[in-house]
Amino acid sequence: MSLTKQEVESVARLARLEITEGEIGRVVEKLSSIIDFVDQLQTANTDDVMPMAHPLDMGQRLRTDEIFEADQRNRYQVNAPEVEAGLYLVPKVIE
Amino acid sequence: MHKKTIAELSRSLQAREFSSVELTRHLLSRIDALDGGLNSFITVTAEGALAAAAAADERIARGEGGPLTGIPLAHKDIFCTEGVRTSCGSRMLDNFVSPYDATVVSRLKDAGMVMLGKTNMDEFAMGSSNETSFYGPVHNPWDLKTVPGGSSGGSAAAVAARLAPVATGTDTGGSIRQPAALVGITGVKPTYGRVSRYGMIAFASSLDQAGVLTRTAEDAALVLEAMSGFDPRDSTSSPAPVPCYHGSLQESLEGLRVGVPEEFMDEGLDSENRAAVEAALDVYRALGATVTTVSLPSLALSVPTYYVVAPAEASSNLSRFDGVRFGYRCDDPADLLDLYQRSRGEGFGDEVKRRIMTGTYVLSAGYYDAYYLKAQKVRELIAREFRQAFQHVDVLMGPTTPAPAFELGAKTTDPITMYLNDIYTIAVNLAGLPGVSIPCGLVQGLPVGLQLIGPHFSEARLLNVAHRYQQESDWHQRLPVGY
Repeated sequence: MSLTKQEVESVARLARLEITEGEIGRVVEKLSSIIDFVDQLQTANTDDVMPMAHPLDMGQRLRTDEIFEADQRNRYQVNAPEVEAGLYLVPKVIE
Repeated sequence: MHKKTIAELSRSLQAREFSSVELTRHLLSRIDALDGGLNSFITVTAEGALAAAAAADERIARGEGGPLTGIPLAHKDIFCTEGVRTSCGSRMLDNFVSPYDATVVSRLKDAGMVMLGKTNMDEFAMGSSNETSFYGPVHNPWDLKTVPGGSSGGSAAAVAARLAPVATGTDTGGSIRQPAALVGITGVKPTYGRVSRYGMIAFASSLDQAGVLTRTAEDAALVLEAMSGFDPRDSTSSPAPVPCYHGSLQESLEGLRVGVPEEFMDEGLDSENRAAVEAALDVYRALGATVTTVSLPSLALSVPTYYVVAPAEASSNLSRFDGVRFGYRCDDPADLLDLYQRSRGEGFGDEVKRRIMTGTYVLSAGYYDAYYLKAQKVRELIAREFRQAFQHVDVLMGPTTPAPAFELGAKTTDPITMYLNDIYTIAVNLAGLPGVSIPCGLVQGLPVGLQLIGPHFSEARLLNVAHRYQQESDWHQRLPVGY
C-alpha cells in the first residue's frame, strides 16, 4: 500500500514533526515500504486469540495515595530552555 | 589488568595486588589511547571515576568491600546519571544533564562500582548498527570497517576492546544480544520486569529491558544480581526474589533438554554461522544435553509485529520531547505549534522520526484495529508458541544473528533490510523472555553468537548453561588484534 503525500503530512501534523519540502518525497517512500512490510500481519489467523496486554500476565500494582517525593522543581528546571519565576515559558498562546 | 574478568579483578582488589584507583587510571588511559578509532564513549567521566575509585579503595581497606566494589563499568547513555549528561544518542538530549540516577545506576553505585563514562548508542535505542547516533557511528574493534551492532553498540565495543570489564545495555528487540554477538562477548537480556526501568529513557515500554554486556557469563551473573530486583518506582517491576545467579553456575547439564527452533536454522542463516552454532550444540551434547528440533511457526511474523508495537509505544513515549521542559528547542519559534514541530523535526534524527511516524500512523483513527490490535494478537500467538515449546525443552538455542558484522553503510538505505537483522532476537522481547548471547565462533575473522532462550525468570539456568559452555570453549577469550 502506497501512502499519499497528504496522508504523510497529516501523520506528521499529528506527531508534531516538521518535515521539510525537501524531505517529504523520501519520507513518503520509506513510510510506505514500512507499512507494506507490516501488512504481512494480515495473513496471520488470529481468530480466538486475545490481544496481549502484558508479557508477564501481571496485574497492575496499586499503591497507597501518599506523597513520597519532595518538590524538586528548581532542580528540574535547570534543564528547561526558558523559565521565569518557576514557570516554563512558551510563545504566546492567547492573543 | 584490562584482560582480567570481573571475578579476577575482584580477587586482585581484595588481595590489594592493585587498587581501584590504579585500575581506573589504567582503563581511562586505554580509553584515551584507543577510543578515537572506536567512538564507543559519548562522555568519559574521568574525575568522577577517580573519586569513586578512591572511595571504593577506602571501603575495601575497611573490609567492607563486596564482589563489585572498585570494579569499573560503563553505562549506556540511555540510563540517567545524576549530574552527568544523558544524551540517549540524540541531538534532542545533547544538553540534558540528568537531575537523578536510574535505579540500575544507583544500585551499581551502591555496590561500589566505578562509572568510567557513558557509551554511544543508536539514537533513542532505535537501530541495529549504531549508525543512527547523533555522535557518529561506533566501529567494531574486530574490523573498524564493520558495525558493532546496536543499539548498545558503544557498550559492546567498549567491553570487546577491553576498555571496561562490563557495560550496561538495554534490549528492546535484540539491542544487547545482537551487538554482543557481533563483537564476541556475552550479553544478557533478562526477563521483562526483572530489572527496573526507572530512569532508563523509554523507547517501547512493554519490550524494554536493561541488562549487561560482559566477557563471561560468570561476570554477567555477578553484575545482574546486583542490578536486578523489585523497584517500587517501576510499575512493571516484578516482585519475584532474585536468586544467587553465581551460586548455580557450576550445575551439571546432564539431562538438559535443548530445543533448536527449525525457523532459526533456515536458509536465511549464513552457512558458516550455522556451522558455528552446530559445533556449539555438539559441545552441549558432550556435556550431557539432549538436542531436539522444535518449531515456532509464527517466528517470521515477529519482525512485522515488532515494527507495529515498538513504534506505537515509541510515538507515545517520545511525545514528551516537546522543547518546553527539557531538551532541544528550535531558534525563534513563531508560535507554540512551530516550537513543537521544529524542535522535534530538528532535534530527532531520521530513523527516530520514521518510527514516530510509523507509530502515529498505526495508532491513528481507522488503522488501530488493522495494525496495533492485530499485532498484539500475533504477539500473543508468538508467546503461546514459546510456552508450548517450553513444555518439552528447558532452553532454546540458535544463532543470535543471521550473519557476522556487516560493513558500515551497507544497510542504511533500506530500513527493512536493517530491521530483518533482528529476526532471531525480536520474538524474545515480544514474549518477555530472558535471552543470552555467548560467543561461539569466528566467521571470516568476525565473531558470531549462540543465543540461549529460557522461560520467564530462568536467568539462573541460562547463566549456568552459558557458563558451562565457556568452560569448554575459548571463544569468549579471543581478543581483537590491537586491543
